[in-house]
Amino acid sequence: MEKSLPKHTAENLRPPLTNIGIIGWMKANLFNGWFNSALTLLVTYMLWLLVPPLISWAFINSSWLPSGDQCQAGGGACWSVVTANIRFIIFGFYPHELQWRPLVAMIILIALLFYSQNRSHWRKSLFYAWTLGLFVMGVLLRGGVLGFRGVESNLWGGLPLTLLLSVFGLTAAYPVGVLLALGRQSKLPIIKSFSVVYIELIRGVPLISLLFMSSVVFPLFLPEGLVINKILRAQIAIILFTAAYIAEVVRGGLQGVGKGQYEAADSLGLNYFQTMRLIILPQALKIVIPPSVSILISAFKDTSLVVIIALYDLLKTTQTTLSDPKWMGYSAEAYIFVALIYFVCCFAMSNYSRRLERELDTSL
Amino acid sequence: MNSKQTEKTNDEAPIIIIENMHKWYGDFHVLKDINLTVKKGERIVICGPSGSGKSTLIRCINRLEEHQRGKIIVDGIELTNDLKNIEKIRTEVGMVFQHFNLFPHLTILENLTLGPIWVRKTPKREAEETAMYYLEKVRIAEQAQKFPGQLSGGQQQRVAIARSLCMKPNAMLFDEPTSALDPEMVKEVLDVMISLARDGMTMIVVSHEMGFAKSVAHRVLFMDGGEILEQNNPEDFFNNPQHERTQLFLSQILD
Repeated sequence: MEKSLPKHTAENLRPPLTNIGIIGWMKANLFNGWFNSALTLLVTYMLWLLVPPLISWAFINSSWLPSGDQCQAGGGACWSVVTANIRFIIFGFYPHELQWRPLVAMIILIALLFYSQNRSHWRKSLFYAWTLGLFVMGVLLRGGVLGFRGVESNLWGGLPLTLLLSVFGLTAAYPVGVLLALGRQSKLPIIKSFSVVYIELIRGVPLISLLFMSSVVFPLFLPEGLVINKILRAQIAIILFTAAYIAEVVRGGLQGVGKGQYEAADSLGLNYFQTMRLIILPQALKIVIPPSVSILISAFKDTSLVVIIALYDLLKTTQTTLSDPKWMGYSAEAYIFVALIYFVCCFAMSNYSRRLERELDTSL
Repeated sequence: MNSKQTEKTNDEAPIIIIENMHKWYGDFHVLKDINLTVKKGERIVICGPSGSGKSTLIRCINRLEEHQRGKIIVDGIELTNDLKNIEKIRTEVGMVFQHFNLFPHLTILENLTLGPIWVRKTPKREAEETAMYYLEKVRIAEQAQKFPGQLSGGQQQRVAIARSLCMKPNAMLFDEPTSALDPEMVKEVLDVMISLARDGMTMIVVSHEMGFAKSVAHRVLFMDGGEILEQNNPEDFFNNPQHERTQLFLSQILD
């Protein structure tokens, strides 16, 4: 059998030149068939029309100096609106001379997030690092101790507020959502119906109405004199809202884990909590990484809705800047800048989720 | 039939006793008046057409299915709704499934040590040593750090057997352990089961591997329509089946 095979020819043959390299790639991806070739040409033409003016608007004819005097003259983008107001856009009404404090807090937060990316760092020490980090961030933002001047939370705003609401909103919402998903699958009727009612109720109303309830309706029920911080109330509304969506996604994941896994865990004598924690949830949560990240991303962007209860998050500080007559005409530039910040955060999340999926893939 | 059973249980105490056990799925009567006594070290093969209730029977023994009437006593403990009892019995009785049911997110070694560490509270070190011992025994030790998805079906089933053994069970249940395997992998799994039999493990095996039944079983049971129709030692069972349906079944699978 082996003798009859002309082995060397098969090994030495190379694919035809038009199938490999740049030409091969172009042929396969840009010009396969007349329709795709026409599309390629059309798109190239559009790009040629659009990109050069965009570049000259954004970079060549643009003005960057904070004074903004040449903005009218240049005809290009007026990035001065951002550079002149950067401190207000980022920090809101936080006292000007103390703005280094939220800056340091954000740097600590980003450093912690960055460090937590690596799964080999998920040890007890990371938990202590977060506890310490949270404490330091709290002291920095709030002040009033250790010789820091106190800053009331109604002055907090801008990017630190957005990050605060989203990072803590999302990290708290996830476990709550998992508990709700488990509750919805529970055999105990009270737990089950509570979870179902909760999930359906929350999913049935828009986030804005929850935020209104937390800021307007909820305080009516509190005893006289007791005031709960407005940011905290918004934070809780965001957590409760996001948790309901997470719960439904996680439930999907739980159903995706085969019955055999439960049986195998049972037959080893594992109890319910061990089975869930060690066998079912690790698999279920892995299955639902993509949809959960979608929810987290949209929840992150939804934090901008807190404007309606008069919190000055990143988007609101930007809008406020634009209401200044001097900068009124330059909303495009300001919004592009804010969009970039949102994009970087969301892109980082989705990138990380893809990496996590890859790392957790045990099939090959 | 009954005399044979009592004669066999004379020498040692029974480990599994099933008395007048019935089970229904809704209105459907799956198991009808099952009586079965398994003594320590005994190896039983259950065969029968599909839908005859043989899998359901052994799944009742470790309470993956609930029986509605009659008694099941395992290792002196009666199976009731008491969760503590159920968990206790499950640690004493190992189970091997048709589709292996390994935990795909854990390495082979972690699959084996999970039960001992969390249920038996064995120190990790010791659990790993035991795991490696049984992996050697099923001749797959070199795969300890891989994930189940990276192994062939036969290898996975051997790991599943080792996983059960790590709990040091007093009896093992096998639910069609070779029927999901490619033909060339059946033998490696049967070999492991045969060596397990030689070590004196109490085994109840639902299987159509008649060669295996002939070589290791003390008793072969034939089930049909939710009843145990016939039971005998392998020699008489295969050479001289009493019941008409047994004869028909054997003629179909042995031809």
